[in-house]
Amino acid sequence: MSGTFVAAASVEDAVRALAGGARPVAGGTDLVVGARQGKRALPDDLVAIHAIDALRGIEDVDGGLRLGALVTHEELVAHPVVRERFTALADACGIVGSHATRAQGTVGGNLMNASPAMETGGPLLCFGATVTLASEQGTRQLPLDELFAGPGETTARADELLTAVELPEPAPATGSCYVRLEYRRQMEIAVVGVTAVVTLRDGKVADARIALTALAPTVRRAPEAEAALVAGDVEAAAQAAAAASAPISDVRASEDYRRAMAAVIARRAIEAALARARGEEVPIPASPALHGAERRTA
Amino acid sequence: MRYEATLTVNGVAYPVELEPGVSLLAAVRDRIGLTGAKEGCDDSECGACMMLLDGKPVNACSYLALQADGREVTTVEGLASGDELHPLQTAFLEQVGVQCGFCTPGMLISATALLTQNPSPSEEEVRIALSGNLCRCTGYDGIVKAVLSAAGRSG
Repeated sequence: MSGTFVAAASVEDAVRALAGGARPVAGGTDLVVGARQGKRALPDDLVAIHAIDALRGIEDVDGGLRLGALVTHEELVAHPVVRERFTALADACGIVGSHATRAQGTVGGNLMNASPAMETGGPLLCFGATVTLASEQGTRQLPLDELFAGPGETTARADELLTAVELPEPAPATGSCYVRLEYRRQMEIAVVGVTAVVTLRDGKVADARIALTALAPTVRRAPEAEAALVAGDVEAAAQAAAAASAPISDVRASEDYRRAMAAVIARRAIEAALARARGEEVPIPASPALHGAERRTA
Repeated sequence: MRYEATLTVNGVAYPVELEPGVSLLAAVRDRIGLTGAKEGCDDSECGACMMLLDGKPVNACSYLALQADGREVTTVEGLASGDELHPLQTAFLEQVGVQCGFCTPGMLISATALLTQNPSPSEEEVRIALSGNLCRCTGYDGIVKAVLSAAGRSG
């Protein structure tokens, strides 16, 4: 343990340390846990960003939201605007890890860890999120779908810090839902996850966004499924989501099982998003509630 | 390299010198000597090491101690007032929420975090809140009853 540690008080402090080769740590729920599990050693040089006030807070911006990188899952799931207008994000944040994970884990960390199974990625992609990356050279904005490069990899340079996530205002009559297949309620990682965001006009689907989680090397959207849903066919959309997936086999599920479940989870997410768009109540987080209903009638 | 920090645990400030990789759990147990919080899995699965950091639950085995510099840490030792047990501790004893006791410090901290946020939880809410805490004796029913009983008492 010969490493160095800097506690950054500002974004300037943090990006200076990054330029010197340090890696950022906020809640530690991926970085430090990963090191404990032996997945990847703790970086030699660390810059702690948890105390940077400029990275906190959820702000209303023109009907949309600006999320500081340090906003926790717990804050997101409790936020009234997130619950009301970005409901799929609340669904996702409400089922991350345990209450300790949700209290410490941050949206910036969840995105930059770039797990294909991350909970926040699907909802943020479907809501058209843009991320801000800061470095000593200045800042740049990037659509979220250009951030993910592969499992655990982003297109951000090593000297860049994700500082904020911006979400534009959703259209009226938009409903959304994130559902995952899970084997246990807490401390779980998505086996399969699907996000659906739908906008209704005259009772029909005018716009649809569907994203796949734990079904491809990165969280990504499924345009064929979106087109099928705009054409009015929920079942075809669910099947297209499964067809668009490229899952792996691992300790949690086989490739075939993941693909088969993709259609089931997609159908549940789409139906719940449609229900919410029509103004019907679906509990947050949707995942345990929807699976629970299925179990009771089985 | 070692860094100076002050960890305030249960209201007492402890000056410490720590390497960057030292966990909050290791600092509190080995450097400060408060051994209530336990090391179970050492990778954030079991909750035996749970503490409160500025009032929020944290798996201390997987949190860097230097990140707790200048912040308020609460461990199970901070729940009782002198010889008077915290209502949750009394309820754990009365409802037989303790078997081997290894998970108990984490359970008590987790339950404290829950009751701070939600003073009268339903049984389902208690079970969800405690589901990041594993009891290898599988004594969950007594634990859940104890939390519900303590909630009734304080509410």
